[in-house]
Order: sequence, then structure tokens, then C-alpha cells
Amino acid sequence: MQLIRNGKFVADDFATVGDEDALPDGAVIVSLERWQKERDALTARNTLLGVRLKSGQEPSAIADDLDKLAVVALEFPVYRNGRAYSYARLLRERHGYKGEVRAVGNVLRDQFHFMVRCGFDALEVADNITPEIWAESVGVFSLSYQPATDGREPVLSLRQRLAARASAREAV
Amino acid sequence: MYRYDEFDHQLVNERVAQFRGQVARRLSGELTEDEFKPLRLMNGVYLQLHAYMLRVAIPYGTLSSKQLRMLAHIGRKYDRGYGHFTTRQNLQYNWPALKDMPDVLHDLATVEMHAIQTSGNCIRNVTSDQYAGAAKDEIEDPRIVSEIIRQWSTFHPEFSFLPRKFKIAVSGTPDDRAAIRVHDIGIQIVRDGKGEIGYEIYVGGGLGRTPMIGKKIADFVPKEDLLAYLEAIMRVYNMYGRRDNIYKARIKILVHEIGAEEMKRQVDAEFAEIRKTGALHLPAEEVARIQAYFAPPAYETLPDESTELNKAVVADRDFANWVKSNVAAHKVPGYAIVNISLKPIGGTPGDCSSEQMDAVADIAEKYSFDELRVTHEQNLTLADVRKKDLPAVHAALKAAGLATANINLITDQIACPGLDYCALANARSIPLAQQISERFADLDRQHDIGELKINTSGCINACGHHHVGHIGILGVDKKGVEYYQVTLGGAADEKTAIGDIVGPAFTEEQIVDAIETIVTTYLGLRQPGERFIDTYRRIGIDPFKESLYATH
Repeated sequence: MQLIRNGKFVADDFATVGDEDALPDGAVIVSLERWQKERDALTARNTLLGVRLKSGQEPSAIADDLDKLAVVALEFPVYRNGRAYSYARLLRERHGYKGEVRAVGNVLRDQFHFMVRCGFDALEVADNITPEIWAESVGVFSLSYQPATDGREPVLSLRQRLAARASAREAV
Repeated sequence: MYRYDEFDHQLVNERVAQFRGQVARRLSGELTEDEFKPLRLMNGVYLQLHAYMLRVAIPYGTLSSKQLRMLAHIGRKYDRGYGHFTTRQNLQYNWPALKDMPDVLHDLATVEMHAIQTSGNCIRNVTSDQYAGAAKDEIEDPRIVSEIIRQWSTFHPEFSFLPRKFKIAVSGTPDDRAAIRVHDIGIQIVRDGKGEIGYEIYVGGGLGRTPMIGKKIADFVPKEDLLAYLEAIMRVYNMYGRRDNIYKARIKILVHEIGAEEMKRQVDAEFAEIRKTGALHLPAEEVARIQAYFAPPAYETLPDESTELNKAVVADRDFANWVKSNVAAHKVPGYAIVNISLKPIGGTPGDCSSEQMDAVADIAEKYSFDELRVTHEQNLTLADVRKKDLPAVHAALKAAGLATANINLITDQIACPGLDYCALANARSIPLAQQISERFADLDRQHDIGELKINTSGCINACGHHHVGHIGILGVDKKGVEYYQVTLGGAADEKTAIGDIVGPAFTEEQIVDAIETIVTTYLGLRQPGERFIDTYRRIGIDPFKESLYATH
């Protein structure tokens, strides 16, 4: 498993720990259940924290805790289960979350583009993914018809700008 | 009709390049069939019983002559010289080779066509009224909003992995020819008291194993908010639609389980939030830009009566029959809407040879402003024909074997591909449709019977829309033997209804006789002017039960 963060292949500085595991030193990602149970102890550790949401665990469950979390990991139990695309957008657009939103689980190359558009800035990917594959997959479409989280200007407003420029030229 | 600009072209070309790479990876063995499956399904490529099948999108069923000629060319070059028009107004090729698929997509892109989102659990091709722009009581051309939805839904990053496939239909007239109440979302264009145009929204309709009629959750969504409202529905569905069971994953099950009231509440709450951001606000300039593509063609000022037409009706009985069943009223005086039946007696519903496609393209170019439509009942429509040209159009269609005069009659049947092609089917659909067609071939008898829709599906997935056929036929498998279950009273129009099961299923040998018994029962009990469906609604199922089973 490799981590791509903001387009760079980087070492994962977070340890994902199970509910029964002892907490290692340093930054950790825990389940929602563990977070809810050990919230005070975890916050008192003075290390970076992340929470991992399963499909069906909605961002609203941690909405009040987001300022304490450096990472929210959203799970794709299987690539076909696209709930986490909505979760990522809600985290960013509804809850204003600025920390890392990480895609974990069954994360395939043909989904990279969609994930980045929905506000994921980190993805845990299979070992056979190379920087070339990443670049090709994430940039597969240079245009988008609809607004999403990535701030990309949709085709509709590109058209409006073109039209405005054309009519400005005509005016001259 | 809509024409691509540089942005539309670029996106479709990038998709072709992407799929070319994916096919290369599959052919080289880098991808297994399992790994390739989700990728091909995003491009309308299915693995059928005998071969790959490619489904080409025909957005809201509108085609130019040039596009139809390209479909003919592809049929000749990569398939066996024909294509099959579907109930989603699309076209399927049943025999292309996988290695040729990227070239087919490339050829399609040259005429502004694609196979994007014709399969997979995403928002599928938006369907609409084949009479769009020509219908008398139209509030607004439904193709405008259909094109806006096509663009918004194409490669939507949030909604490409929904619980299940998702179908949207739009109707611009009170008479519903787009079957909007059996779609995941049905959009009815309406005008409010102030003369403003907006949208009535139905959600959770569908056929399949669990047929449901859509529930109205909004009376009037303003134009500029439509995409925000649709995004709200999609988000509620994406988050709460069931993913544990493929047969309970459509939005109709969610709506059924939580109730229409609760669905409306959740959608309204989400809509309010999305609307606040303003990101999906639809600017009037963009609506106007798209609307301009669907401006009415250059109609001539003509008298409504045509002497040429009147003379031909008297002189030629075949022509008169064809006018009676296949020609519909147009909003402009002197013009008519021509329906081309793809249901010849004994033929496969929806099949069209490359030669026939070329012929229709020529006729459309010459007589109907270079444009045509595919209907969800698997026929074609020329929307803008001068009445005085009808005899010439009929003659040209006749020469191409396309003058079958049976629109809305008993032999104008919808049938799925069935066991002849489909890996899911329990029973054959096409041969049965052919037998029924031959049994009722006599045109005078068909006209006497009047409007009667028979829909046949080869399995409970209901691709042949049997639930909403006036007579519905469902193929079932009982210990390896094909049986056919019959429903009565279904309808997919503005009075949408799910048919009632009439009783025990019939064998292959009994089914055509059973259909005839149903028809005879209707003829004996109808009142003057009553269509089959009207009689059924008046008298109910019992008289049919009696005549079908009393003698058995």
C-alpha cells in the first residue's frame, strides 16, 4: 500500500490502529467507535489524530470534532460503493473541513479523477500504481461539466467567459 | 438539434482515448475480464450470451441524418449489417469485436456521439418525448432540459458509483409519451399561475422485479434550481440507497421504505443547503444558449389542409391505413408527425438494417429538416413533415420495407432481446412477439381492435416493460420449461398503472391463443369508442379470467 498526498507519493506518517491495538507513539488513525469511546484520552495525547469512517458512518457523526482531526479517512469497502464520494463533498463543502480527506479501501486507478474532484487530497493505493499511472488517471478529463469540490471551473462558466470575451471584442 | 462545441468534443475525445488504453490493457492480458468489467460497463460494453454488445447513447432519442448514416456504417463495418433500437431510445450492436470497440467509439465521436453512461450504476441516457418541439400542447421543448441534464450528469464525480443504475425522463406535454412515472426521476414541465415555467418532480418509479409508480415530491422547481434539486435527490440516494442487495438498490425501494413524505423532507433539506452555495444555479444565458439549438426549424406557412394528401388517402388504401395509424397531429398548420414502425409482421421489434437506416436518413434529410427521433417504444419518428409530402414519404418508406401501418396497434409490441441474446433471460421474447405479430397480421382486424400495447419481457428484470403493457407478458422458467405469465391493465402514460396478473402462466403452445382469447373477450364487451385499456378499467379482470381459465 502506498500513500499519495496532494499528488506526491509519500511515506504514511499515520498509523492506522485497530480497536483492540495498543496505541503506538505518533500520529494515529482510529475507528469512529474508538474515537467516540476514547475521545478525551486520544485528544490528550498531543499527537495528530485521524478518524476512519466506514460506509454508513456519516460525516455528521464527527462534525463537532473536526477541528481536532488532522485526517478523516473514508472507506471504500468495494469500488462500486460510492457513498464516500458524497461524504467527502459534505466534509469539505458543508462542514468546511480543511484537513486531509483520505480515500482508503478498494481505491482503483479509474476512480482517482472522481475522488480528487470530490475533495479527497490523499489516497491509499495499490503498490503497482506508479507516478505515471497516477498522472494519467487523475488527469484523464481536462474539463468538467459540473462544479464539485475541487474548484475546477465547469464548462458552463468557461462558455460564459468565452462569450463575454467575444462580445467585448465586438464592442471594440 | 444540439451541436457540440469545443468543450463537448474534447471530453468525448478524451473518453475515447481512455477506453482505447483500457481495451489495450485487456487485450494484452494486463487486465482480467473481472478487472475489465467495471471499465467496459462505463462505456456501454456488455458481455452477452454469445458476444460483446455495445450500446450507443442517443441523447433523448434525437438524431441527425448524418448520425444515422454513421450508425448504419458502423453496423455494416463492425456488426452484421444492422442495429437494434432500445426502449431507452438507444441503439445496440449485438456482434462487434472487442478489439474494434475503440474504433467504433472514435467513429461515433466524429458525429458527436458516444456510449458514455449507457451502462453501469450511474445516471443513464436521459429520455424524452419523441414529439418534442412538434407536439400541439407542449409547454416547453423537453430536449432543452434533457441536454442540460445530459451535461451535468456526464462524468459526475459524486454519482458515478450509485447503488444502482439511474434513469431520468422528461415530458413537456400533459400527455406523457416518455413514461416519466416509471423512471427513477420523472420530470414534468409545467407552467405556474404567473406563467413561469418550472418542473414537477416524480421520484421512485420503476419496473423490474418490484414495479412502482413514481411519487410526486415537488410541484414546482424553478428553472434555475433544477440541477440543485436533482443533485439533492442524487445525494440522498447515494448516501441512503441500499447497497446490501442488488434487487433492493434502486431508488424506488428507498422511497418505498422511508415513504414519499420523508423522501421529500430529506431532499428539501439537502436542496436548501445546495441552493445556498449557488454553485449549481443555472444561468439564464446557458439555458438560452442550449434553447437556441432547439429553435423551431424554418416551417413554411401552409394551409392546414393538403389536397395532395386528401387525394392520396382516397386513392390508396395502404396509404390511408398508414396515415390513420402512423401519422400524428403537428402544432404547425400543414405539417404532420410521421412514425416509422420498426415492428414489421414477424420481425424483431426495434431491429433496423444498415440499408434501412440509410434510407431513413435520406428521407429525414429531404422531408423532415434533416432530423429524426428514436421512441421508447422502439420506433422512429420524423417530427416535421409537410402534409403534402406524406405520399412521397410513404412511398420511400415502403421501398425500404418500413411502411408497416401499425403504430399503437396490437402488433406494435415492445419486446426485450430475451433468451436469444441475453444471459439473464428465462424465456424467449422475440419469437413470441413474432408469433403474436403473425397471428394478428390482418390490418383490418388490427384497426378494428384499435390501440393495444403488448409488452414482453424474458425475465423479471422487465426490460420489455411488461408491467405497463395493456397486455404484459413475462417469461418465467419452471424446471427448465419456458412459461409465460400474463398481466392486464398496465399503462405508462399520464395514467400510469402496473398490470394485474390474470392467473396461472401459459405454456409456449398456449400463450398466443390466450392473447387471442383476451382480445376476443375485449371485443365482445367493449362499448363504442372504447380502447382495450378503457374497457379493462371499466370492467376489471374477472371477465378475462373467466374466458381464459373456465374452459381449462
